[in-house]
Amino acid sequence: MSDEAIMTGKHFMNGDEACAEGALAAGCRFFAGYPITPQSEIAERMSKRMPEVGGRFIQMEDELSSIAAVLGGSWGGSRAMTATSGPGFSLMMENIGLGMMTETPCVIANIQRGSPSTGLPTAVGQGDMMQAQWGSHGDYGVIAYAPTSPQEMFDFTVKAFNKAEQYMMPVFVMADEKIGHMRERVEIDESKVEIYPRRKPEVDPDEFKPYEPDDDLVPRMASAGEGYRVHVTGLTHNQQGYPQLDVETQQEKVGRLVDKVDKNKDDIVELDTIGIEDAEVLIVSYGMAFRTAMGAYKQAREKGIKAGIVRLVTVWPFPEDEIKEFSKQVKGIVVPEINLGQMVREVERASAGNTEVKLVPHPGGGLHEPEQILESLEALL
Amino acid sequence: MTTELKQKEEVKPELTSAEHPATKYLREERLPHIWCSGCGLGSAVTSLTNAYEKLEIPIDDIGVVSGIGCTGRAAGYFETDSYHTTHGRAIPFATGLKLSNPEMNVTVFSGDGDLFAIGGNHFIHAARRNVDMTVICVNNYNFGMTGGQFGPTTPQGATATTSPYGNYEDPFNLPDLAASAGAIYVARWTSVHARRIQQAMEEALSKRGFSFVEILSPCPTGYGRKNDLGEGIDELKSYQDRTVIKHGSDPGDAEIERDPEAEIVVGKFVEDDRPTYCDVADDYLQGQ
Repeated sequence: MSDEAIMTGKHFMNGDEACAEGALAAGCRFFAGYPITPQSEIAERMSKRMPEVGGRFIQMEDELSSIAAVLGGSWGGSRAMTATSGPGFSLMMENIGLGMMTETPCVIANIQRGSPSTGLPTAVGQGDMMQAQWGSHGDYGVIAYAPTSPQEMFDFTVKAFNKAEQYMMPVFVMADEKIGHMRERVEIDESKVEIYPRRKPEVDPDEFKPYEPDDDLVPRMASAGEGYRVHVTGLTHNQQGYPQLDVETQQEKVGRLVDKVDKNKDDIVELDTIGIEDAEVLIVSYGMAFRTAMGAYKQAREKGIKAGIVRLVTVWPFPEDEIKEFSKQVKGIVVPEINLGQMVREVERASAGNTEVKLVPHPGGGLHEPEQILESLEALL
Repeated sequence: MTTELKQKEEVKPELTSAEHPATKYLREERLPHIWCSGCGLGSAVTSLTNAYEKLEIPIDDIGVVSGIGCTGRAAGYFETDSYHTTHGRAIPFATGLKLSNPEMNVTVFSGDGDLFAIGGNHFIHAARRNVDMTVICVNNYNFGMTGGQFGPTTPQGATATTSPYGNYEDPFNLPDLAASAGAIYVARWTSVHARRIQQAMEEALSKRGFSFVEILSPCPTGYGRKNDLGEGIDELKSYQDRTVIKHGSDPGDAEIERDPEAEIVVGKFVEDDRPTYCDVADDYLQGQ
């Protein structure tokens, strides 16, 4: 391997390894994690590479402590991440809430597997999509990416770090076992890696309020040891960061946690469209299920069916305005996902009755056949 | 400053000043604190600020991390970088803070329930790894914040709101646990030993590695009232009568009985040196 932080060149690597390389390229210098299939290759790669680039890798005693250490690492001044799969993601939920409440930039990669519980540890699933938005208690905005290839594991992990710093919050990379273990060409080009720098205070410590937002609703962060003597708490707090347990402060604080994502959607939301211009039926998909959906799309077009695909790059915040517009132009939407119906609920909500929305479910452990998706498309015509 | 005060100051400048001597380290605007009258937390905080001052640790190098509970609120009063985290997770948060920013002098200040019930696993692993931090546990034998439920240090037989027939669990002996898990400094004192606490904190803060100080505190509201221990001052008197200083003794013999006459062993049990987590890691990684 290379002791360069950014391994410029063409590589043959799996998605987990590409995720680790994306993190290092984005400036990640602290990783805390706990072994779990199918993410272990991320931790293994980090244990090898982090010392090479002057960062710190630690294998913690569980996922509870992994995410806690990541939050501490971030306040210590490092770009920090952890990686896990479903059971570990569940264990991390409380401190993900602490990260949201304390506006702590960090990245959490979830390499999803068949679930619930221990489920299918070595096989694909997309069962944690709703958990990513609603898993910790309370209200907060969420940013989550859904890569569909090792290349995107690299690219989207870089994006995730940048959005974490830009919006001062934990950001998710919601991959799955297939993407994590798939081995493909990954091109890394240092000149194309952009870094969003940490939002540092621009005033003296006496004037600094750790939770006073800028115009974009996002505050600035003074790391440990910089002389700002910040207080950071999971209790509802005022702009100074001090606990203030009343309705007004709750509204201001928690309202802003939701608004800083919601009102910046134009900057955050990303989606790809294929064949949308003349589409009469639509596939909305993300992650591994999208690769199967592409097969269905091609077959449909070959049969003369005017199909289109909306592929979600960011699954959260959900692109409801875009889906709403699309729903007005088509006879129906199919949503293949490797769960028994999660993001389809968002598609239905955004479509608001404009068109028929049909789930193509898969319980996990394998992939759809493209024909299943094609049949659903045909049934809508 | 009044003339009278000034005169006093000239006589005993170390004892009398217009400002509370600890305010250099405390967020004055956050005071008064939330703790009950008779609680030992206030004096434990003062001991820590005194220790910081004595050691002349630059304030901007200090990070105080707490979990949840009465003791967990302590972080909010320190005018340092201070982190009030989730229940049980102060130590792993502090681990991340220290590894990410090794220049910081990291103190975890939390309670017995936070550190040894919900957070027990993190305590033993941080001690095993010898992460360079000082953990101060104010042990009041119960979950005070939530209304006085029994916890992992409640003596067997004691009454608490979730042990109305008496606690039938065996408690942890914290110095023994810390020593077994690998802590390089282990001491126990009580709230009546203000100077000893400060000295122990100075020693613990000066050690490189995982150091542990247990402070037995009165909790007249949560624990004392239900167990007929009287006011906070009565609990302090009881500590004065019951404690026996045995430096270097086997921490295995330092169990705390409910019997108000039974001896409580205090002192410095362990003072050792062992390379820290980062020292060993860097040794292994050097030249790789």
